[in-house]
Amino acid sequence: MIEYVWLITVLPLAGFIITGLLGNKFGEKFSGIMASLFSAAAFVVTAMIFREILGKDEESRKIIIKLFDWIVAGKVNAAVAYQIDPLSLVMALVVTGVGSLIHFYSIGYMHGDSGSPKYFAYLNLFMFSMLNLVLGSNLLLMFLGWEGVGLCSYLLIGYYYETKVAGDAGKKAFIVNRVGDFGFLIGIFLIIFTFGTVDFSELEKAVAGHVSGEVIIFWITLFLFIGAAGKSAQIPLYVWLPDAMAGPTPVSALIHAATMVTSGLYMLARLSFLYVKAPDVMFIICVIGALTAFFAATIGTLQNDIKKVLAYSTVSQLGYMFMGAGAGAFSAGIFHVVTHAFFKALLFLGAGSVIHALHHEQDIRKMGGLRKKLPVTHFTFLIGTLAIAGTPLFSGFFSKDEILWKVFNYNIFIWGIGAVSAIITAYYMFRLYFVTFFGETRFKEDTEHKIHESPAIMTLPLIILAVLALFGGFLGMPHTLDFFHSGNMIEEFLHKSVADHAVSRYGEGVEVSLMGVSVMLAVAGFIIAFIVFYKNNGIPEKDNQYVGAQKVIFNKYYIDEIYETAFVKSIYNFAKVLWRLIDVFIIDGVINGTARILRDIGEGLRYSETGVVHDYMIFMAGGIVSFAVLLFLLFL
Amino acid sequence: MPESLHIFQITETHYIVLSVILFCIGTAGVLIRRNALVIFLCIEIMLNAVNLALVTFSRHMDQNRGEVFVFFVMAVAAAESAIGLSLLIVLHRQKKTVDVDEINTLKG
Repeated sequence: MIEYVWLITVLPLAGFIITGLLGNKFGEKFSGIMASLFSAAAFVVTAMIFREILGKDEESRKIIIKLFDWIVAGKVNAAVAYQIDPLSLVMALVVTGVGSLIHFYSIGYMHGDSGSPKYFAYLNLFMFSMLNLVLGSNLLLMFLGWEGVGLCSYLLIGYYYETKVAGDAGKKAFIVNRVGDFGFLIGIFLIIFTFGTVDFSELEKAVAGHVSGEVIIFWITLFLFIGAAGKSAQIPLYVWLPDAMAGPTPVSALIHAATMVTSGLYMLARLSFLYVKAPDVMFIICVIGALTAFFAATIGTLQNDIKKVLAYSTVSQLGYMFMGAGAGAFSAGIFHVVTHAFFKALLFLGAGSVIHALHHEQDIRKMGGLRKKLPVTHFTFLIGTLAIAGTPLFSGFFSKDEILWKVFNYNIFIWGIGAVSAIITAYYMFRLYFVTFFGETRFKEDTEHKIHESPAIMTLPLIILAVLALFGGFLGMPHTLDFFHSGNMIEEFLHKSVADHAVSRYGEGVEVSLMGVSVMLAVAGFIIAFIVFYKNNGIPEKDNQYVGAQKVIFNKYYIDEIYETAFVKSIYNFAKVLWRLIDVFIIDGVINGTARILRDIGEGLRYSETGVVHDYMIFMAGGIVSFAVLLFLLFL
Repeated sequence: MPESLHIFQITETHYIVLSVILFCIGTAGVLIRRNALVIFLCIEIMLNAVNLALVTFSRHMDQNRGEVFVFFVMAVAAAESAIGLSLLIVLHRQKKTVDVDEINTLKG
């Protein structure tokens, strides 16, 4: 079965071609079902390969299937080859699994949208690119997928292109990602320059001979991290992700929560053998992850758009993953990628279900009391909220705790930032939950009787994801809590393909008490939200009523404004200079000037063309005579 | 060539001078006259002036290449006058005039 790995990427590609070419002809239902089936088929193939790999012993779990040569330049040889190993398989399973659920969900969500064949085609193209990113056995193929998902992200953010917001958000995502991709490319160039290969396995061998802390490895990893920060929305490149919510909600769930944004972390884990040789960069990653987790969480507390809250929560959770990776716990980061994919996709799809029911209302101040109207959505959303808040036994608890524990061992101050963020996380998620589903109904009265639960095609994925969000954590039981003696399955599964480097300075007792601390933090966040938004039925204030620190946070620390003045304006002005001076004045001046000179010469000469035969003949005779005279003078 | 007894002998120089005079008359006619038909006639005069010069030089060189060339010129001139005259007729039908100064549609 493993030799059929190419099916995993080719199936979504086929789906893209079919829905792209025939979608408009056969309509929305055809495209939705086709796209979903191709995506599901890719999942089935992945699952079968996963089963086969599980049957092998640990040493032979890494298999590379080469399809054909792609770029051969000197000693650099980038083939289209897929690398099957535990790491890529875990990601591929998440991508195809969650991806397929979201495809099916989209059939219901996009119902009645005239552009949905295009939507499904893009979605399948995204799957193709993402799986190339994940399965590629060299950096260039990964980069191809990397750019492909960026393109699909841009296309799908701008799906509602009639609105300016969506178009602007798409452009913003694309341009900010371009900054990161620039770093990624420089990193790849430096790798080719230093090691002469882009293949992961060869690279690992080449890196083995280098000592930790070498300058060139510092720069390589730093530039690659810039790429990862762009894609995974870390400070300072996170600004595109909240705006990306302008796309359809399932897209936010699939691309901007579960899969694409985690590819930065996947790249770190894939190149973990390189990163462990750059402890300084690891520290930078850890700090940036912690700061991202904290600041995004604080912004999330004052957002009133249901999707914006989830978007900042995604940025914050991505910060956790990077914090873990920075502390050397790559597999804990990947574990959090997996659980986060479950509960965040669930939360986004739940939000999509709410938005769908309320006819595209996203402001939580205009919701309220929805738990009776949308029972399934409410219940699954609650599970997602509990999971992300870190309630014991829910998936988010295990993965987040694993990260916090590893970070605690790495640096206790960074752990402090992460722990505070955990309170805030619980607070803003329960704030969202209570304001949306409890209290009085605040939407317009005429819409009230129209509100009904979403169809089964949408609620079934919610239920499946809720089950995964509930039990997904058991994949990575910490050994201190291992009642079933199943072990930390995901870490053990991954440890051959990820160079975990986490130190453990403290014993099991500390780990257990730290878990207690985490639970208390989550409960603290919950209690604050409970008192403010359930007991007192508080609803968030109107936009302009914040003062002081709240105003700063409500305006997202004015980061967008700062970027606007610092970068956008200056680039804009620079472009203006290029336009006015270089383009209009110099280039156009030269071109138009040449034309004008020639035109003026012609204007002068045209008067010699009288149309009178005699004049021509006189010219001719004069010419002959002067020529003859000339010859005479020269040769006689 | 035998010694001549005539006082006023017509030498090759005379022929060449005549040819030059004819050519100048033709050229002047072409440049000055406005009637297309006359211009045409003048061109014929120029051609014949050249013919005369060719024959003269041929005799001077004591060979007959020039005479042969003249036949060609005559044949071409005949063809040219046939085409030229028919063009003139068509021109006259179109413009109701053969005054070349009035035919200046190519004026820039």
